Amino acid sequence: MEKISTICPYCGCGCGLYLHVEDNNIVGVSPLRHHPVNKGSLCVKGWNSFEFVQHPERLRYPMVKENGAFKKTSWDEVISLVAGRFSEIKEKYGPDSIALLSSAKCTNEENFVLMKFARAVLGTNNIDHCARL
Amino acid sequence: MAGLASAFGSGAMTNSIDEIDNARVLFVIGSNTTEQHPMIGMHMLDAVDKGATLIVADPRQTQIAKFAHIHLRQKSGTDVALLNGIMNVIISEGLVDINFVKRRTENFDEFEKIVSGYSPEVAEKITGVPADEIKRVARLYATEKRAMLFYSMGITQHVTGVDNVRSCANLVMLTAHIGQPMTGLNPLRGQNNVQGACDMGALPEVYSGYQKVSDAKARRKFENAWGRKLPAKPGLTLTEMFDGALNGKIRAMFVMGENPIVSDPGATHIREAVKKLDFLVVQDIFMSDTAELADVVLPAVSFAEKEGTFTNTERRVQKLRKAIRPMYGAMPDWKIIAELSKKMGYDMGYRATHEIMEEAALLTPSYGGILHHRLDDFGLQWPCPDTNHTGTPFLHRKKFTKGLGTFNPIDFVPPAESADDEYPFILTTGRIYFRYHTATMCGRTSTLKREEPECFVEINHKDAAKLGIRNNNKVRVSSRRGEIVVNALVTDKTPEGIVFIPFHFREAAVNLITNTAVDPVAKIPEFKVCAVKIVPLLPKPGMRQTVLYDKKNDIKILLDLYEESEAEYEG
Ligand code: SF4
Repeated sequence: MEKISTICPYCGCGCGLYLHVEDNNIVGVSPLRHHPVNKGSLCVKGWNSFEFVQHPERLRYPMVKENGAFKKTSWDEVISLVAGRFSEIKEKYGPDSIALLSSAKCTNEENFVLMKFARAVLGTNNIDHCARL
Repeated sequence: MAGLASAFGSGAMTNSIDEIDNARVLFVIGSNTTEQHPMIGMHMLDAVDKGATLIVADPRQTQIAKFAHIHLRQKSGTDVALLNGIMNVIISEGLVDINFVKRRTENFDEFEKIVSGYSPEVAEKITGVPADEIKRVARLYATEKRAMLFYSMGITQHVTGVDNVRSCANLVMLTAHIGQPMTGLNPLRGQNNVQGACDMGALPEVYSGYQKVSDAKARRKFENAWGRKLPAKPGLTLTEMFDGALNGKIRAMFVMGENPIVSDPGATHIREAVKKLDFLVVQDIFMSDTAELADVVLPAVSFAEKEGTFTNTERRVQKLRKAIRPMYGAMPDWKIIAELSKKMGYDMGYRATHEIMEEAALLTPSYGGILHHRLDDFGLQWPCPDTNHTGTPFLHRKKFTKGLGTFNPIDFVPPAESADDEYPFILTTGRIYFRYHTATMCGRTSTLKREEPECFVEINHKDAAKLGIRNNNKVRVSSRRGEIVVNALVTDKTPEGIVFIPFHFREAAVNLITNTAVDPVAKIPEFKVCAVKIVPLLPKPGMRQTVLYDKKNDIKILLDLYEESEAEYEG
């Protein structure tokens, strides 16, 4: 078993925890002993933080809606499709006709990349996240 | 966190979590810390064990309120009046730190004029908190050097949210409880990386590090780095985006890891708006209500399958490490966006997440020294301007980020919607311990589901008795905007006249009925206060339950049959 030191995904405390991994499977969790926030404890959410990761309902492939139903597609196709549609809409209605919602659950790097994408690639400042809530 | 930024020039927790243990007074406003931020709650209880005084201001009998030495139960939406009352006492009893106010702040006189109108007796009338309690809290907080102030969603989600935060800032400056260890103004932020999402510029008016898009110098810096011309006009906020979609200005949306249809007040309105879009892309780990409506759904990975950093509520940037390979065919969010960008003719050229952070560090002064290889132990707290800097445990030591701290004179404004004859209850919403924002993650974690399985409305036992509601009865809660049916939880946690529904149940989507009035400055929708009426639904006599048998899956489904009983209980 391997123990990977990482951060709890649930709340703003940012507790340090280990994920216990066996054969690419998460089998358990334990708190970081000396972490300045959680000092060797976790709350019930932290202890269960990995349960949803390998849930069978996880989305497995990109999907496109056709006639009201989702159809499986490949990454290559879906990236071309989305890029094409965004370019079209930007061309037709201007960059400010597109809006992006980022996430307070995603990493700093992901937030940075999305805001760069909005501003440099799409050319709009219409980006926000749900943390106003 | 517009309120805090306008007072101090920075909107994060000013001090650190591990300072809490040694504080002497903890003043917690509108945060049920032990449930919402359990490990911060743990530090608070440790401090109490060491003799600290815990003061909680919350209309509800929350879990942390049970541990409090003093619990102020102000009426929902009257925080400003309560704080003004406390500051009135501090001024009139000569407990102001005059030296600090003179050297480090501005606009005191204007502020004093307003506060002088809030004697503890006036405050008592508005808030329902006895004048003596207000005096006691004022003295306790003002006379102890190591006094920390905390607040959370409870006060930011009002039409007066920004006012509430500014009032807190006033209180902290008045008593010089800032710029020292074990003091400060400490917003406890909800989701794990709210702080980071803001720091990284996922906001319509700023780039990373709160550099304004309207500032030509900042814009030039980013234009040079990215080699593209950038728009100068601030973009639309969340709420404005959906309004834009409704009136046809917004044609396409890209949603990364969020489910606005459940987590937004006035969800009916948002569903309509989303349906009007020409093109919607949702990137998430599970199918969500928003994803159902999308044209394209992209599978992303969870925290356990990716690298990167999160910034916690005390500004600590910490490293996330990949534990397992991405599940199924999922891809990390940053990679999806980078691929998309490349296809649209702009190659971002990142090979790994540490390269993204290197770029962010170059462009963001407060993150200047934050590089992945420096975060190995327990991360670094920003501001961390260069690679020799070891991070900043508490802010505003010698001066405020913006120079002088500004007192904001704030008058009490009553909540946007108040109870009346038709809608006699005030509904407030919030988080409960075992759930996390909307249920996309927790709803699939069986251990958590067991703890609080069904959506409920908390109602005071006296109100319940008046309406003939017993524990676990189904009731219909309706506002001017919509209605839901939920179970009643009869309790004394919630005061009379107020009912409470946790907001992360997709099944009941309390946001269907809450108020979409928006704070004029921060644009945080008001979910905390909304007028509702409650009608018990009684099982029809003789046909209490029907059993449906689903043969294919071999499950029995119990169906309760209800009819409305409005007539029975009227008059
Ligand atoms: S373990 Fe609990 S307190 Fe710590 S970050 Fe996770 S949810 Fe928050």
